[in-house]
Amino acid sequence: MMHWLIAPVVLPAMMAPFIILAARYHIGIQRVFSVAGVLAMIAIALGLAIETADGTIMLYRLGDWAAPFGIVLVGDRLSTMMVLLMAVLALMVLLYSIGSGWDRRGQHFHALFQFQLMGISGAFLTGDLFNLFVFFEVLLIASYGLMIHSGGNVRLRAGVQYVLFNLLGSTLFLFALGALYAETGTLNMADLAQRAAMIGAQETVGIRVAAVLLMLVFAIKAAIVPLHFWLPSSYAEAPGPVAALFAIMTKVGAYAIIRVYTLIFPVDLAATEGLHGTWLLPFALLSLAVGSVGVLAAKKLDRLVAFAVISSMGIVMIAVGLFTEQSIAAALYYIVHSTLAAAALFLIVDLVRHSRAHLGLVIAAPVKGAALIAGLFMAAAIAVVGLPPLSGFIGKLMILSASVTSPLVVWTWAVVLISGLISLVGFARAGSVLFWKAQSEGAPAPLEPEGTTPSALSFAAVGGLIALLVAHTLFAGRIYAYTGATAAQLFAPETYISKVLGTPGKLSDDADHEPAQAVKEGDH
Amino acid sequence: MEILVASAVGILTAAGMYLVLRMRTFPVILGVSLLTYAVNVFLFASGRLTVGAPPILNGATRYTDPLPQALVLTAIVISFGMTAVVVMISLGAYLGTDDDHVDDMPDADADAAQEDAT
Repeated sequence: MMHWLIAPVVLPAMMAPFIILAARYHIGIQRVFSVAGVLAMIAIALGLAIETADGTIMLYRLGDWAAPFGIVLVGDRLSTMMVLLMAVLALMVLLYSIGSGWDRRGQHFHALFQFQLMGISGAFLTGDLFNLFVFFEVLLIASYGLMIHSGGNVRLRAGVQYVLFNLLGSTLFLFALGALYAETGTLNMADLAQRAAMIGAQETVGIRVAAVLLMLVFAIKAAIVPLHFWLPSSYAEAPGPVAALFAIMTKVGAYAIIRVYTLIFPVDLAATEGLHGTWLLPFALLSLAVGSVGVLAAKKLDRLVAFAVISSMGIVMIAVGLFTEQSIAAALYYIVHSTLAAAALFLIVDLVRHSRAHLGLVIAAPVKGAALIAGLFMAAAIAVVGLPPLSGFIGKLMILSASVTSPLVVWTWAVVLISGLISLVGFARAGSVLFWKAQSEGAPAPLEPEGTTPSALSFAAVGGLIALLVAHTLFAGRIYAYTGATAAQLFAPETYISKVLGTPGKLSDDADHEPAQAVKEGDH
Repeated sequence: MEILVASAVGILTAAGMYLVLRMRTFPVILGVSLLTYAVNVFLFASGRLTVGAPPILNGATRYTDPLPQALVLTAIVISFGMTAVVVMISLGAYLGTDDDHVDDMPDADADAAQEDAT
């Protein structure tokens, strides 16, 4: 039973080379194995989530080395929930890409997809900061391949920007890790949590620099303004299903902020006091504002959705920046919502792309199958903007009510409500131009649609995402209770720390650094 | 030695940042490489600078911390691979458009027209 925790990393890691080596020229076999892998992943993630639902913390020591020396994977409520969310999203995206034929427009889509899943689930499960860096690189290098899947000049150019920005982010991450290691002598998260608390009040310079650098790195991943510049063009130019899968990648940044700043640098740690309230919260408000202005100003549908992602990350980070137990619970609820809604929107954009000459928000010939696509677009737009009855509204309500005790309560309410209105106008304009005015006379003649027409499977995948959003709304009470329990677990990190450091393994008594190297090197 | 290492990190970072802010891909990639060199030296120094000591604790009173060396090794491998990837992608972008600027296409209409073509 102990080994299940590493299965979400090992399974795609085995599946991807298998797909490359054994099924290279058979798209059908690739599809079967890819879908089977993702289904197995959902089953495993569900099992892990059930296992940890009662507050158990699962620990997996690689090579059985004891915690501060070896690398550990830790499964608690938060990480298993995120892995489950990723697996469910991956299934829908995979079905869509099979249905729309995206996976046969270039080489190795399924293998890269599996590597991407490996990186993301590893990032969610790891209990070691350097290992988090390694998994970030795994997910990034897979995402570079997926981002430029099927090629094209504009996509390659956007790919260059995306890769360069992320390389700079990785460099910054390494600087942060170096500073942390120099200050504390460890990179295990639980060990760091203990040592950061022990640093004397006079010697906090290094640890503060490290904390801010780490925050910057995760803010790049989470696309917080002013570090969001990589997002609009790369998400807009990436293939539709890939952009939909990327909806979880910004959440990896949010997850890392939640994890590191509840465990290692908690709110009451004197050294990093005020980092959340003074810096994170105002910039989150700014992200939300910039995102929704971008939604209104976008001239193309794909950019519009990319800016909607920035604004919804803004809302997530507002909830994270408030940093109370209640607001983290609301943030987790909203993370699930925002991942599903953004993915649905990117897939719908791709549906529109198939039957329209371009994605410019100007009057053009009617979209084929407009009634269905328009309906899906409306549902997803309602969810993203945060109107009742879908879960975006409930999530915003939770965040607003969590912000009442904050000193920035007026700002939070004003920005959240006004940006909601601005996004609403932006989406309403886009929807009416694309689907409604298109019917009017004088519209230009339709052009031949490019690529294969999306099959019923694609529509089923989008419908599945919308259905998940509806379920997320209907079971909001129970899900909120779960995220509340998750937040409570995060705000009582003692169990996590004692589980990680207290479980005996090889070398648990002997303070020797050498074996740590042996384990790290297995990781290249 | 501290001054030498610290100024090496500083100069590499400064030169890297300057090059990263250029307009074309070649200097930007060079800048990223310089930055990764800077971070490798920085990581190496994070385990304290020791000369002529074994990287093992075998009863020794003086030893080099081996962990940063393992970290640097991992970082070198990763940055090497990433640089190769970015070189390939920017070559593709350059050969496709005959233009190696890093920023977006100059105007949105050209952008849309390009997209039709793909």
